[in-house]
Amino acid sequence: MTTTIESPDLIEPEEPGGPDGHGHGELAHEEAHEHHGPHGILNWLTSTDHKVIGKSYMITALVTFFLSGAMALVIRAQLANPTSSLVNFQTYNELFTMHGSLMLYLFAGPFAFGGLANYIVPLQVGAPDMAYPRLNALSYWLYLGGASMMTLSFVVAGGAASFGWVAYAPLSNSINSPGAGTDMWLMSLGLTGFSAIFTGVNLVATIFYLRAPGMTMFRVPIFSWNMLVTGILILIAFPVLFGAVVMLFCDRHFGTHIFSVQGGGVPVLWQHLFWFFGHPEVYILALPYFGIVTDIIPVFSRKPLFGYRGMVFATLSIAALSTGVWAHHMFTTGVVLLPFFSLLSYLIAVPTGIKFFNWIGTMWGGQVSFQTPMLFSMGFLFAFLMGGVTGVLLASPPVDFMTHDTYFVVAHFHQVLIGTTVFAGFAGFYFWYPKMFGRMLSERLGKLHFWFLFLGFWITFMPQYLLGLKGMPRRIADYLTTNGWTGLNQLSTVGAFIIGFSFLFFFVNLVSSWRKPVAAGDNPWDGGALEWFTSSPPPHHNFTHLPPIRSERPTWDYNHPEHRKDESHGDKRHREHEKETETVGASS
Amino acid sequence: MNAFTNGSPTPLSDRDRTAADTPETPAAGRRWKRWAAGLAVAAPLVLGGCNFYPSYGASRGSTTQGQDTFKLYSGMMTTGIIVGGLTGLLILYTILRYKRRSETMPKQFHESIPIEILYTGIPVLIVAALFFFTVITENKVDATVPFAAKVTSTGSPVVDVKVTAFQWGWRFDYPNDNVSVSGDVTNGPQNHGPQMVLPYGQTVQVTLVSNDVIHGFYVRDFNFSRYALPGVVNVFDLNIVRAGFYPGQCTQICGLYHSEMLFSVRAVSPAQYQSWLQSEVASGHTMKRTPEPATNTPPPYDHVTHSNALAAPASKKGSL
Repeated sequence: MTTTIESPDLIEPEEPGGPDGHGHGELAHEEAHEHHGPHGILNWLTSTDHKVIGKSYMITALVTFFLSGAMALVIRAQLANPTSSLVNFQTYNELFTMHGSLMLYLFAGPFAFGGLANYIVPLQVGAPDMAYPRLNALSYWLYLGGASMMTLSFVVAGGAASFGWVAYAPLSNSINSPGAGTDMWLMSLGLTGFSAIFTGVNLVATIFYLRAPGMTMFRVPIFSWNMLVTGILILIAFPVLFGAVVMLFCDRHFGTHIFSVQGGGVPVLWQHLFWFFGHPEVYILALPYFGIVTDIIPVFSRKPLFGYRGMVFATLSIAALSTGVWAHHMFTTGVVLLPFFSLLSYLIAVPTGIKFFNWIGTMWGGQVSFQTPMLFSMGFLFAFLMGGVTGVLLASPPVDFMTHDTYFVVAHFHQVLIGTTVFAGFAGFYFWYPKMFGRMLSERLGKLHFWFLFLGFWITFMPQYLLGLKGMPRRIADYLTTNGWTGLNQLSTVGAFIIGFSFLFFFVNLVSSWRKPVAAGDNPWDGGALEWFTSSPPPHHNFTHLPPIRSERPTWDYNHPEHRKDESHGDKRHREHEKETETVGASS
Repeated sequence: MNAFTNGSPTPLSDRDRTAADTPETPAAGRRWKRWAAGLAVAAPLVLGGCNFYPSYGASRGSTTQGQDTFKLYSGMMTTGIIVGGLTGLLILYTILRYKRRSETMPKQFHESIPIEILYTGIPVLIVAALFFFTVITENKVDATVPFAAKVTSTGSPVVDVKVTAFQWGWRFDYPNDNVSVSGDVTNGPQNHGPQMVLPYGQTVQVTLVSNDVIHGFYVRDFNFSRYALPGVVNVFDLNIVRAGFYPGQCTQICGLYHSEMLFSVRAVSPAQYQSWLQSEVASGHTMKRTPEPATNTPPPYDHVTHSNALAAPASKKGSL
């Protein structure tokens, strides 16, 4: 499948289109060098190529991920002992605020819809670039500005924001949080928010208007489908966040009283606005990662996705429901209509369950192999199953009363978010890395990374459910010996450091793939979507020619014509004409 | 409990059978009756209490509301373990059963509408059932004694307590008895913060407000939390079922000393509660020293006040 080569700068397979490569992109690869324009750092600064921007997004997002992960380790070290004084209260509050903010605003979303989607979606739909390449570049630079501003807020007088990533008013007003760190936090949200909105516009336009000939909506791979729905959700949710951020900024600096009781304002309004953004945001974070897993499982099962249409409708209904459940974060405020938000929250379990069974159905009867991307996808299934089941409990207001703001909730959302953004996110990284860089990552190191991460994950978060049930609130810097929380906290800390340790294998893997590259070929996994049809990495405008698109996996159809007769929802009428239309011209 | 029927050879069951097989001696007969009575009491507790409602790490609740919540939690957890466990086993089975063993191409099937309808329909039913039990429990937990019912000719059968959360402490006012207790972080974590004394076996109606930012009133053993929101008056009832010391804590991040914003509830008998009230009045822990406007307008935020409060020597009960 792959061949080791001596020279680091030569990353072509010795035999173009080896046994599995089917090298239909070698023509395209030649054109990669025809890209005119500046080179080196200037190329990066001025590029509007979705692949360059996508990689920039991913690198920036991974930097914030590791920064934020390091903060998590300090937090866990602090909590390993009662009345610990590793960091003081102020620093601790800044740490958990920045940990959450970096992970949620700067890593989880941007890594998926700024990074992977930017890189993969145009390839999957057979487009030469995103619909608005310059807007795409603007998105990235806004994001980089926002990310830098939030990270740098640590060094300003008064320190970083320290009110949790949700910034509830009135704690976030100018009296309780007077520092410049809070303003930088708000501005960062404004910048990254606009970055997300622009990317959302771009994704929606690309998927609606730049699909290759033959790619009907029901032939768009699920990853791109999920990115479309994510884009729509971004357009619904992020403007509300921006509005809320502007209002809070006005409260802080221009004497308005939107969220302050003294001037007749309503503090709870912030929560409504924030969570009207915040709950769709949860699915803005999750849907892209569902899409990654949905693309990976069929490839490693050597089968088409089971229940493609069901998957699309499940994604659409999750998105629709997610705009009506925001107040389930506010059950304990005592000022929301409990049954309504409870019912809608419960209902999200149904389409999520459909996804689970579709993933199982895809593997059922298949030939399932466990290369690193698939292993990470399986990690996602189990992590998200646990997080999902406890999430159903939290949809019940009385159960939420007993667990709200305790470590039970902390464990729940970490299992959901790590399940999606880390397990599925790195599944996608391992899956598409060969496509992006034309070289393989080591399977052995990838599997070590997975198993340590998987082990650390359960050791870290299962004790936190128990801690929550034993009454440990979130966002506390210390606790009493008499609370009886010490042992479970120490277990959780050990797990967190195992998670941290697992990423050493990831770094070693990256470094060794650059020092001793193993050429990937066009299609190392026998993937089915269009990105596997072109070269690795793809040429400047992605394709020189395209296969006929008759299903959601045109590359697979092209490479396995003998099995195409089993396709049940392929376009049967045109099958006899396929020989004549073997390849169609690439979109210009 | 199976020892009576299948005679498993544990020491305990041997003793049981000896007792049960020799009812002719009076002592043994009494013992047998004691065992039978014990069984009659224990069986429903064991079956109904433990087996039907496993605790899964949670408190069984020291208020009637908390007990209702616990039962809902336990039932949902059981459902979750069954559904989640079956799904997990199905995933495990699938990946082991269909692990790649050859390079033959599997059958390329796409969908099965009946199965897809099945696994859409069953979750809908499960969710509908969970929602049904949720609403029933929610109505019990959220039920409050109406104001009219509190005022009777013989005095109020309901204990009214006004809880005021502030950065970073708690004040518990008993307006009907002119008692006020408060404390803040300057007291240190000794005794788990200021203490709210309440009678068990009586309805306690808590009126929860905040003076500054949002706080969370949370008592683990009550299986309950509620935000203290500036500008909002939250009212809820607690029916404590037994005496005890119940630690509580602020759960909503409220600034620098959030971690140490502790309090506790001590539940005593109604008679002890009355004498406690009298002793508090005698000690001068009355509301006169801490006039609270009837309206719920919080005082203006003032950092100086807060830092003064922190710098002050350990404040006593009722000093704030």
